[in-house]
Amino acid sequence: MDNPTSSSGRLSGRWLGYAILALFAIISLGPMWIAAKTALSDSRTLFSGASSLLPQDPTLFNFERVMGLVNPSDPRLEQTSFGKVDFYRALMNSVIFTFLAVVPQIACSAMAAYAFARLRFRGRRMIFFLFLCATMIPGVVLFIPNFILIKDLGWLNTFQGMAAPYALMTPFAVFFLRQMFLSTPRELEESARIDGANYFSIFFRVVLPIHRSALATLTILSVLNAWNEFFWPFLVGRAENVRVMAVAINAFRSQQAGGVPDWSGLMACTVLGIIPIAVLLLLFGRKVVEAFQYTGYR
Amino acid sequence: MSARVSPELAPPKISPRVTSRRRTFFRSLLHRESFCAWIFIAPALVGFSVFYLLPTFRAIYISFTDWNLLRAPVFNAGANYIKLWNDPNFWNSMKITVLYVLYNIPIQTVIGLLLAVLLARVGRSVVLRSIILAPYLIANVIAAIVWFWMLDPLLGFGNAVLHWFGFGGIAFFTDRELALPTIAAVNIWRHMGLVALLFYTGIQTIPKDIYEAARIEGAGPWKNFTRITLPLLRPTFVFVLVTSIIGSFQVFDTIAVTTLGGPGFATRTIVWHIYQEGFVSFRMGYASAMSCALFLCLAIVTVVQMRILRSGQSELG
Repeated sequence: MDNPTSSSGRLSGRWLGYAILALFAIISLGPMWIAAKTALSDSRTLFSGASSLLPQDPTLFNFERVMGLVNPSDPRLEQTSFGKVDFYRALMNSVIFTFLAVVPQIACSAMAAYAFARLRFRGRRMIFFLFLCATMIPGVVLFIPNFILIKDLGWLNTFQGMAAPYALMTPFAVFFLRQMFLSTPRELEESARIDGANYFSIFFRVVLPIHRSALATLTILSVLNAWNEFFWPFLVGRAENVRVMAVAINAFRSQQAGGVPDWSGLMACTVLGIIPIAVLLLLFGRKVVEAFQYTGYR
Repeated sequence: MSARVSPELAPPKISPRVTSRRRTFFRSLLHRESFCAWIFIAPALVGFSVFYLLPTFRAIYISFTDWNLLRAPVFNAGANYIKLWNDPNFWNSMKITVLYVLYNIPIQTVIGLLLAVLLARVGRSVVLRSIILAPYLIANVIAAIVWFWMLDPLLGFGNAVLHWFGFGGIAFFTDRELALPTIAAVNIWRHMGLVALLFYTGIQTIPKDIYEAARIEGAGPWKNFTRITLPLLRPTFVFVLVTSIIGSFQVFDTIAVTTLGGPGFATRTIVWHIYQEGFVSFRMGYASAMSCALFLCLAIVTVVQMRILRSGQSELG
């Protein structure tokens, strides 16, 4: 139906389409570019270079100082309104939190998804229906009792407290993998069964290897979610030694609510928070996009 | 079964024969379907019970108590719900939230649909789709702080651009009238790519021969869109609207980074209000009551939407 040469009207419509898409691509990436530009600029040029598209007096100093790579006695630090920012700590905390939240989550969710997809047991439909209902509950309803639980356990401001609600399952991970397991034919599993393999060896030797790609996709999605998580870590992990990237950025910003924020430092932090996601997108762009397209089929 | 296990009770006298018998028993368990199933779902079931199922009931229980976390909770029947019904701040927050959803959803859906059609017709490259999805992949907090900087009245790039067009600096986030639409705009910016991608996927599932048939009948592109694409996208519409409305009712991160509910009460949305009551003023009972009320509202909104959009049926049948 799309024959660009059929009429000149169609052709110009096509160019208009490209123009609109290009405009939205610029709208999507533009703010991130401005953030990067600010992070790369000398903080004294913020006023004069406000409307510039390129960094003014390009420097990596902002990155160095938020990562704690600058000698504390460096005189250049005095020009900035937040002298000591330990964003390196925050990034490391994000890595730890993401790892603790994602790895066990995928393992436990995959096991449960296999049971829901392939094994018969009493209460299967009932339990699966309950899992389904869990996606409907607003986070804030659960956060109050979960906060109290973590507090009673003495796990406030610990990594286990921050990761616990995500570590054993998320309803989405179970649904996603169940759907994947259901969409492949049973033949391989059944022939393994005839060969005398038990359910555990079938799961580990047959099912998981077949679904490597689905597991990778889910891992990417879960890593993105954990890396970007804010509300829950904000509630239970505000202490400096455990706070994750998003919580730290929020804290840096509110530290200076009164005066003029240290924009170049804040933007250096945001760029550092975006870089892992950009790397993920560059490495697995197609997989990420397809994964989000897939979520529409849920 | 218990008779077979009993040798375990006398561990010192395990003969090789008993061990092997025990091993075969263990092996036979591994071949029993329901036994394995329970082992497989056990960790997830524990996680689900501890962090989803029990907290739901506990939230309902807490909502019927007066609790400041310091003393033991005191049961106060439905006092929280009566208070909530008469609390102008609660209703104000609900009003602000609904307003926010109304700013958000139509624009986001229309932009998403436009981009999806364009992606399907002119630009199918995965690079383009990743670029448009990118804002959704970065953290809410980062999106918020970047826009907070972009729209800074003194130094922001956005206001510098406005300056070229002859406008003075506009304090988007601190203006009583503009703060809420600005937060909605940030949210639209972050979600339009995801909505576009979901509609794009929906468009891909529409069989091409329907368009072919329409072309033979002499239908133009606009007729194609309104008579074929839109009706056949209904399942996608249901999914997009239900998830994005539920999501935007719960806006929190953007407000926590930018306006903190202000100026005044201008952006005090319901989840921010619940957070303030629960985690700043430590009125856990009242905060729980409001969160349960929100839950109920969202459930009603979802059911109504499903009814209106008749999600189960598709024209493709």
